[in-house]
Amino acid sequence: MLLKLTCLVPLFPLIGSIINGFFGLRIGKNAVGIIAAGSMALSFLTSILVYVGYLMLPEGQHVFEQVVWTWFGAGDFSVDFGFQVDPLTLVMMFVVTGVGFIIHVYAIGYMHEEYSFYRFFAYFNLFASAMLLLIMGNNFLLMFIGWEGVGCCSYFLIGYYFEKKSACDAGTKAFIVNRVGDFAFLLAVMYIFNIFGTIDFSEVMHAAPEKLIYAGEAVTIITLLLFIGATGKSAQIPLYTWLPDAMEGPTPVSALIHAATMVTAGVYMIVRCSVLFNLAPMTMMVVAGTGAATAIMAATIGMTQFDIKRVLAYSTVSQIGYMILACGVGAYTAAIFHLVTHAFFKACLFLGSGSVIHGIHGEQDMRKMGGLKNYMPVTYWTFLVSTLAIAGIPPLSGFFSKDEVLYHALMDGNIIFWGMGISAALLTAFYMFRLVFMTFHGESRVDPHIHPHESPKVMTMPLVILAGLATIGGILGIPLFHGWHILHNWLEPVLHFDLAHALEHSEHMLHEAGRHAPSWAHLLNPKEHNLWLEIFLMAFSACVAITGIVAAYIFYIKRPDLPDKFTKGQWGFELVQNKYGVDELYDSTFVKPTVEASHLLWKECDAKAIDGTVIGVAKIIGWLSKQARIFQSGFVRNYALFIAVGFISLLLIMF
Amino acid sequence: MFLTFITFLPIIGALFLAFFPKENEGAIKQTALAVAAADFLLSLFLWTNFDSSTHKMQFELNTSWIESWGINYHIGLDGISLLLYVMTTFLTLICVIASWDVKKHIREYMMAMLALSTGMLGVFISLDLFIFYVFWEFQLVPMYIIVGVWGGPRRIYAAVKFFIYTAVGSLLMLVAIIWIYFHVKETTGVATADILFITDNISAPLDIQKWLWMAFFLAFAIKVPMFPFHTWLPDAHVEAPTAGSVILAGVLLKMGTYGFLRFNLPFFPQASYDFMPFVAWLSIIGIVYGALVSMVQEDLKKLVAYSSVSHLGFVMLGIFALNEYGIQGALIQNINHGISTGALFLLVGVIYDRRHTRLIKEFGGLSKQMPVYAVCFMIVALSSIGLPGMNGFVGEFLVLLGIFQVNGLWAACATSGVILAACYILWMFQRVMFLELNNPKNMELKDLNVRELITVIPLLVLIFWIGLYPKPFMKTFDASVNHLVSRVSPDNFRPTKDHQEDGGHHASLMTKTELAKLSQRLQKTSHN
Repeated sequence: MLLKLTCLVPLFPLIGSIINGFFGLRIGKNAVGIIAAGSMALSFLTSILVYVGYLMLPEGQHVFEQVVWTWFGAGDFSVDFGFQVDPLTLVMMFVVTGVGFIIHVYAIGYMHEEYSFYRFFAYFNLFASAMLLLIMGNNFLLMFIGWEGVGCCSYFLIGYYFEKKSACDAGTKAFIVNRVGDFAFLLAVMYIFNIFGTIDFSEVMHAAPEKLIYAGEAVTIITLLLFIGATGKSAQIPLYTWLPDAMEGPTPVSALIHAATMVTAGVYMIVRCSVLFNLAPMTMMVVAGTGAATAIMAATIGMTQFDIKRVLAYSTVSQIGYMILACGVGAYTAAIFHLVTHAFFKACLFLGSGSVIHGIHGEQDMRKMGGLKNYMPVTYWTFLVSTLAIAGIPPLSGFFSKDEVLYHALMDGNIIFWGMGISAALLTAFYMFRLVFMTFHGESRVDPHIHPHESPKVMTMPLVILAGLATIGGILGIPLFHGWHILHNWLEPVLHFDLAHALEHSEHMLHEAGRHAPSWAHLLNPKEHNLWLEIFLMAFSACVAITGIVAAYIFYIKRPDLPDKFTKGQWGFELVQNKYGVDELYDSTFVKPTVEASHLLWKECDAKAIDGTVIGVAKIIGWLSKQARIFQSGFVRNYALFIAVGFISLLLIMF
Repeated sequence: MFLTFITFLPIIGALFLAFFPKENEGAIKQTALAVAAADFLLSLFLWTNFDSSTHKMQFELNTSWIESWGINYHIGLDGISLLLYVMTTFLTLICVIASWDVKKHIREYMMAMLALSTGMLGVFISLDLFIFYVFWEFQLVPMYIIVGVWGGPRRIYAAVKFFIYTAVGSLLMLVAIIWIYFHVKETTGVATADILFITDNISAPLDIQKWLWMAFFLAFAIKVPMFPFHTWLPDAHVEAPTAGSVILAGVLLKMGTYGFLRFNLPFFPQASYDFMPFVAWLSIIGIVYGALVSMVQEDLKKLVAYSSVSHLGFVMLGIFALNEYGIQGALIQNINHGISTGALFLLVGVIYDRRHTRLIKEFGGLSKQMPVYAVCFMIVALSSIGLPGMNGFVGEFLVLLGIFQVNGLWAACATSGVILAACYILWMFQRVMFLELNNPKNMELKDLNVRELITVIPLLVLIFWIGLYPKPFMKTFDASVNHLVSRVSPDNFRPTKDHQEDGGHHASLMTKTELAKLSQRLQKTSHN
């Protein structure tokens, strides 16, 4: 059966990674590239086979599980090394293996001059394998292997240029900040086991409406912990600070890990646990609020940066904010839809920026670019297409996915979320076109010694494919015709949630506990899909996007003197350009005090107080022994004296 | 007899070595290696012949030793001691190989190493309190000599501190042992120091139980070492030669945790339950404190030593969760710590041999010069911070899961150690391995040689093996832990009504999930 091939999907990249890691230096760069990209291709083809196998499943069965072996256990706790295939997994599999393959091919060209070519691809393949494990695991802990595995590979790849201090610092920072999220994730898993007696996804999701009280304490804590985990991996407030620094890694890494796949893991996880989140309205508010706030905050920082990759990094943070916002209002399909389209256009943008950096020999500062569109036409056009997509210009993919998020933010959330979202959309259009205009248009500010050139075919072909996908990706979710939303129908079995059923159980459980159940009747009112409102909102946001583009045009093409006028000496601008000083804030509130406290603990507590006591006790005993030595003087007259004194005291006591 | 033979084989080998001419270093080393290797292979034989379905003692031998006092030579292995036993022979072998280049008094060094091995093995097999105490004190001597003769500049200070600190703790334990001996004699009429007999028949009133518990606690807590009895450890580790550190971390510390499982818990279940919060908090403080202090160390060995305090905190926490998850996690974490920290000490030893310094600031950029070394170091470092898929995670997660059942707050505090571990390990790694190679003394460093690879690779294999498929290891102690838990489980001491409700509820929950699992499995198989 085709589904039995499931376990091969993450295995191919793993094998590729092992071969390249051990023998990469001996077999030469061409072979390394072929093995790396080839293993991804195999993985992609196997995914297609698995998809076919999935379609052949009997009616009514939506999940296929494959247990390879029992990982570990104790008592009644047991966790399998098992995979699961369901619609959500399949979508993610195609994104990871498909986009992953394209980026691998690109990286062969981009990294070609590197001595440690093999090391790069060993890590890169290992990352793909871990990412596949993350999305295919059938339980929380297997997901956690992938979850930490991708974090670990990201650490290796950010610190790929390990001789650069900034790169090492960025890698370590990414790992540690992610660990803060992982800490919460682990606690959530333990809590889940405590309640359900299992950590298997399908069992937990199936039992959740019957074991958890709607809006109860348990489900709220669990989902909040899971969400903290997601903020770490998906770079949301308050744990987003590692992602911009992660741009120290090679550009393909930024494209694959820090744009298309790994950073969306948090979104995937929330959607995977959608049943739990549906039961926790309070968490949902937090999720939606965080997403909206992140979207707008990152967008403002994106407007002020000059490093081309950093602009894209903040843009990624902002776009994931949209996905999280969508999750927070319960529009999981919209979140996944935006995740997919974002993978296309953001990967294309990052690879395009890589092509630019490649073409002008490593320069990343946009102030030293300009006028590049004549030198690198393919890069320019693909970049432009993706930029239009992210800005939300119809009929490109980003337009549909972003609109769906915004529509649900208004319908299922409230006008504040929508307002934040649409403002972020305006800013997105502005900063993305600022980037395009500064890089490709206007006067060339490139160092005259450098001769910009277009990248080789192995790099431009991936750009073209991704731009194509960014153009047509919207097909997945064209909303106009009711019931035709492909992605929505496809994901329906995963996202299906019967609120009435859950509320009934919650009421029952509350009654059993002798507590009064609040009235939840209003939650069950069905919401009508308002076609005209959606069309209106679409038109509106298209206008907003165009406004942003026109503004960017005025500022950076028409009147290039304007930006300086507006920003010079403005404290507000400087605050934003310094990323609101959040890095410095974390440094002074968490990092420095911890290190200082540790020094204090070591020098004062450990060396002086604790060890001092130990040594002190030894010294006191030594001193007492010395005193006792006086009595053993060796002189007979002293002993005679002691005998006399003793005898007299004895007599005194007796009488 | 077989078990006795394996246990005493090393010390017989050591005596044999004494007759070798001093100059014949090659023969001395080869003989020591042969003895260690034979001992390891024989102990593997124990493992394969071990019946993991029962908690009963196996390979038992019980003969009279000092008849008038009822002291028997009673030895045996159960699930709790088996893996520790095998790990001891395994690490001894690794250490003999790792000590190949010792220049000073190689004959005496190897003799001490082998004698140490017998001492440690004896601790794990003793089933008579007096035999146990003899071995417990005996292994101090070779370790004391190893640190004191082959150690670093402050070796005498460290060796004396190590010896006296541990001995002081053990003395109180001796008092407790004697008390128990007379108590059991009084209540049952049998003069015996047999551990199994005492476990079944000890019936001291609670307040006395608590005093006895504390006497044992002190001895074992110093050995583990738990905060705040840990200050001998950094000194001993820093001064000990590489192999000494490996054994110290890998086995000696485990004797403390083993003691808790063999004595404190089964002898005094009620006292253990009452002291649970106390031990849990000490462990949590140890986890966080060890990690924080580790972070700011300048000496690599000291850093690893303090990280041991943190890791052993996890083990102690797992033991005092008093449930299956926690204790099984603690046992596997015992092994994991032996492997990961042992490997870390080996790797630190490698650069110490080359540079004669362990100060972090002396290094930097080593991965350029020593790529293989860097890869090994990275794997071990990641295992030490508990990356899932590697050994550390399995133990840590089970421990945390176990303690979460008891108290969510404790679990949350302990889990913060996971973040801190990443901080100190990665920061150290960055400063040693990454950045620019700009210290001229490091420019010529050689990568791992074959002998060093032989010592490290088995540990790397184990790191992934336990991380991905720990079943062969964990199933050895499954039955023993079940038995132990049935004895010490807090359910035994809670007020009865509560107990019934709790137990009943839990039972129904278990069967429900088990049913669900079972039916799902059935579905899966039928579907395939």
